[in-house]
Amino acid sequence: MTPPLLELHGIQKSFPGVRALRCADLELQAGEVHALMGENGAGKSTLIKILAGAQQPDAGTIRIDGSGCDIRTPQDSLRLGIAVIHQEFQLIPAMNARENIFLGREQSRFGFERRRQEQAAVEELFERLDARIDPETPCRELSVAQQQIVEIAKALSQKARILIMDEPTAALPTHDVAKLLDVVRELRAQGLGIIYVSHRLDEVFAVADRATVMRDGEHIATHAVRDLTRERLIELMVGRKLEAEFPKRSSAIGEERLVTRGLNRGNSVRDVSFALRRGEVLGLTGLVGAGRTEVARLLFGADRRDSGSIVLDGRQLEIRSPRDAIRAGICLLTEDRKQQGLVLGLPVLDNFGLPNLRRFSRAGFIRETAERSAFGGYVRRLQIKAANPEQLARNLSGGNQQKVVLAKWLEANAEIVIIDEPTRGIDVGAKVEIYHLINTLAAAGKAVLMISSELPEVLGMSDRILVMREGRIAGEIEDTAHATQEGIMQLATR
Amino acid sequence: MKRLLPRLLANYGMAIVLVLLCVYYSIATYSVQEPRGEASAAPLAAKLRRELPAGGNVLIVARTGEDDVRFAEALDARLRAARFSIAAKVLGDPRDARQALQRLAAEEKPLAAIATTPECAAWPVFEDLATKYPALKDVRVVQPESYRWPTFLNKDNLLNVANQIAVVAILAIGMTLVIVTAGIDLSVGSLIALSAVVLALFIRNHGGVDASNATLWAACCLGIGACGLVGVFSGLMVTVFRIPSFIATLAVMQVASGLAFILAKGGSIYEVPDRLTWLGRGTGMGGMPNAVVLMLALYCAAHVVMSRTVLGRRIYAVGGNPEAARLSGVRVGGVLVLVYGLSGALAGLGGVVLASQLKSGSPTYGVSYELYVIAAVVVGGASLGGGEGRIFGTLIGALIIGVIQNGMNLTGVESYTQKVVLGFVILGAVLLDMLKRRDWRVLFHALRPRPVAGPDAKGAA
Repeated sequence: MTPPLLELHGIQKSFPGVRALRCADLELQAGEVHALMGENGAGKSTLIKILAGAQQPDAGTIRIDGSGCDIRTPQDSLRLGIAVIHQEFQLIPAMNARENIFLGREQSRFGFERRRQEQAAVEELFERLDARIDPETPCRELSVAQQQIVEIAKALSQKARILIMDEPTAALPTHDVAKLLDVVRELRAQGLGIIYVSHRLDEVFAVADRATVMRDGEHIATHAVRDLTRERLIELMVGRKLEAEFPKRSSAIGEERLVTRGLNRGNSVRDVSFALRRGEVLGLTGLVGAGRTEVARLLFGADRRDSGSIVLDGRQLEIRSPRDAIRAGICLLTEDRKQQGLVLGLPVLDNFGLPNLRRFSRAGFIRETAERSAFGGYVRRLQIKAANPEQLARNLSGGNQQKVVLAKWLEANAEIVIIDEPTRGIDVGAKVEIYHLINTLAAAGKAVLMISSELPEVLGMSDRILVMREGRIAGEIEDTAHATQEGIMQLATR
Repeated sequence: MKRLLPRLLANYGMAIVLVLLCVYYSIATYSVQEPRGEASAAPLAAKLRRELPAGGNVLIVARTGEDDVRFAEALDARLRAARFSIAAKVLGDPRDARQALQRLAAEEKPLAAIATTPECAAWPVFEDLATKYPALKDVRVVQPESYRWPTFLNKDNLLNVANQIAVVAILAIGMTLVIVTAGIDLSVGSLIALSAVVLALFIRNHGGVDASNATLWAACCLGIGACGLVGVFSGLMVTVFRIPSFIATLAVMQVASGLAFILAKGGSIYEVPDRLTWLGRGTGMGGMPNAVVLMLALYCAAHVVMSRTVLGRRIYAVGGNPEAARLSGVRVGGVLVLVYGLSGALAGLGGVVLASQLKSGSPTYGVSYELYVIAAVVVGGASLGGGEGRIFGTLIGALIIGVIQNGMNLTGVESYTQKVVLGFVILGAVLLDMLKRRDWRVLFHALRPRPVAGPDAKGAA
C-alpha cells in the first residue's frame, strides 16, 4: 500500500494569548480533493500557513510520500511540491501572465530571457487547464477568474503535487464557479492532491472526495463526503454547547429607533431593510462576504450608499461621512480593531479622546485633566486593564482594546451601537465581559446591532437574528430561543 | 540595570549622541586661544591694575583691524576708569609705534607700561627697549594672556552653529508635521527661493533701499503667505486627487523654483534696505542672534501645538492610522491640507530669514535644502511611516547636523568628505532608531531568509 501523499499529525501552534492549533491531523491522497472545513477561527488558515512555510509548527509531524520533512521557509514548501492559491492573489498586476508564472524562475540564457521557451511552456499549461488567456496581457486587465487560472498555472509550472485552495470561489462571480470546479476535477484526474477550503457546502459536496472538519484548532472528524449529509457536516463544524457563556439579559424592548429602507451599494449590499428597536440586540449574521460589514459601513457613512434611507427616531438622516454618523449618535466598533478601530502607535488616552476632542478642548487646547478623569471613569466601569493612560494601544490585549474603542464611543454619546465581530481575537474570559457590556448597553435603552460569524454568539446574545446571503437579507429569526445553528446555516448557505 | 540602557537610548538616544558629538569636538579643537577684540581688554586691564597698583602712564598699541580697534577703545576706557593715564593710543604698523616711542622718549615722560595685542608684542620694535630708549628702561610690555580652551566651545562659534542651522531648523518643523502624517514635502527648498524673491521684489517695487518698515513687514507676510498657498495647493493635490505626496511635492518643487526664476528674471535682487538684515544678522538680548530666538520660539510653539492641542492630536492620529481617524470623525483631508500649508508657510519664513541674512533675494536660494531638512527630521527620530516624531527630536536632529558640519570645518575636514560623513550619519541615525524600538533582529534580517506572511494575518491575532 502506498503511503499518503501528505500526512499531518498532531500539529500544534500557539500565538501569544491564542492556541491556534491544538492537535491538527490531515491525510491527503494523490488524486483526491480533500475539503478542509471549520468555522472562522477553527485553525484552517494557520494550518495552511504552516504548509506554505510562512509559519513553523510548535509540535507535530509532516510527512510527504511517507517521509518526514521540515518546512521552514516558503522555498522549502515549493521544493516539496506544495502550492497555495490564496484568497488574495499574489500576482503582480503590471506583469503579464507569462512573466507572473515564471517570476523568480525566469528561463534565461546568459541573462537574457528565453521568451519563446516560456511562451511554449505557458501555452502547454493553459491547455492543461483548458483556458483561453492571452499570456501577454497585463494581469490587471484579466478577470478574477482568469487571474485565478494564472495562479493555478503558476502552481503547476512549479511542479506542484499538492495544491491548497483557500476559499477559491469567494471572489468569483457565480457563473465562473462551475468552470473552476471543472478545473479542480481535471487536476484531480491528473493526479494532484488538492486541499479545498470553502464555506460553501454545495461546492464541497460537488467536488470533494473526503472532508476533514476542524474546530478550535483540533481535528474533529474525517469522512468520505458521500457518507455525509449537509446537516451532519454543519453539526460537526459548529457542534459545541456554549449556552452558559452568554449572560442572560432582562431589558424591555421598546419602539423602533433606527429604520433602514432599501439600502444598496453595488453587488455587496442589495435592498437591505430592517428596523432596530430600543433596548434590543439585533444579530446580523451570514457567511464571510455576505455583506454584513458592508451594511454597517453604509450605516456609519464609511462608504457611500447608492440608494436607500436611514431614519433615526423618526428623523431622516443625511449620512455622508463618519462625522455625520457620529453627530447623529451612531457608532461603529469595527471588526478589525487594529486596522480601523485604533491608532495603535498612540496612547490609549489619545485613542479614547479622538472622537471627543470637541468636548475635551477649549480654544483648540486639550483639557487633559477633563479627558483623563472621563477616561478614568470608563477604566473603572468597563474594567479596562491598562498600566496607565499613556500605554500604547498596541500593547493592550484584544479584549482591552475592544473596551477602549467602546469607551470612546460611549463618551461620544452613541445611541446606536454597531459592533462588528465583537469578540474576534478575544479570549474566552474577556468574551463574557464584552457580552455583559453589550447587555448593559441594551438595558440602558441603546440599540445594538451585533454582527457576528460565531453562531453560538449570535444565538446566545440576540433578541432577533437577521441572516444575510449575497448582499441580501435571506431571512429573519424572531424566535431565537428555539433557533438552531443548523437553521441559520441553512439560510446562509442555500 | 539591563533595562536602563535601552530605556535611556529610547528616550534620549539622539540627545546623547548630540552631547557626545559636542564633547568630541570640544576635545578635538582644544587649543591655545589668543584672546582678541573687546573681550580681551578686561583681563588685560585687571592684570595692569594688579602689577601697577599705583597707576601710571600707559601706551596702547594695536593694529588697525576691527578687533584691534575695539580692543584699544575698550582698554582705553577701562584703564581711564582705573585712574591710569593714557600716554598715547597708537593704531597702525610698527613704524607708527616707533614714532610714538621716540616722541615719548624725547618728552621724557615716565611711561609705566605698553599695553598691546599678542601680534604687536612680537614686533622687533619692542625688543631691547632699554638699550634703544634709555628713558624708557622701566617700561614693561603687557599683552592679553593666551589660554587653552576648545575653539568649538567659544561663544561666538556656538552662536554661529545655531545661526547656521536656523533656516533648516525652521523648515524642519513643517517637515516634521508632514512626515508625522506619513507624507513628505520636497518643495520646501524651492519655496525658500520663491519667498526670498517675492520679498525682495516687493521691497524693490515699493521704495527699494529706502523702503519703510511697514513695507518690510508687508513683504515678509507676502513671502510667507505665497508659500503657504503653494503648500495648500500641494495638500489639495495629495488629498483631493490622491497623488502620492512625493510626486505632488516633487512637481510643486519644480513649479515653485521656476516661478522664482521668472519673477526675478533669473537674477538676484539687491535693492533692499540695510534694516532688512535685522532678522538674519542682528542680535537681541544677551547677544542671541534674532534668527535663533525666532527658531527657538517656533520650536516651543510647535511643541505645544503637537502635544497639547486638538490639531496636534489629530495630526498624529491621521499619520498613525488614517482609516481609524476617519472612522473616529476626523476630517483627514482637512488636516492634511493644513499640514502642507503650514509646511509651505514655514518654508516661506525660512526664505525670509535667508533673504535677511544675505540681504538680497535670489531664485538660487535653498537648492537641495529639502534634503538637509528631511535628514534633520529623520535623525530626530520621526518615522517616515507616519504617526511618530517629536518636535524637539527634530531640533536635536538639526543641531546634530549643524554640529557635525561646524566641527568638521573646525577640524579641517574637506567638504567632499563632509558629504560622505553626513550620509553615514543619516544611516546611523535610522539604525539607532530601530535599535530604540528594541528590534535588534533588524541587524540580522539581511542574513536570514524572510518568511513571507500569508495574505491575512488572522492567525496572529
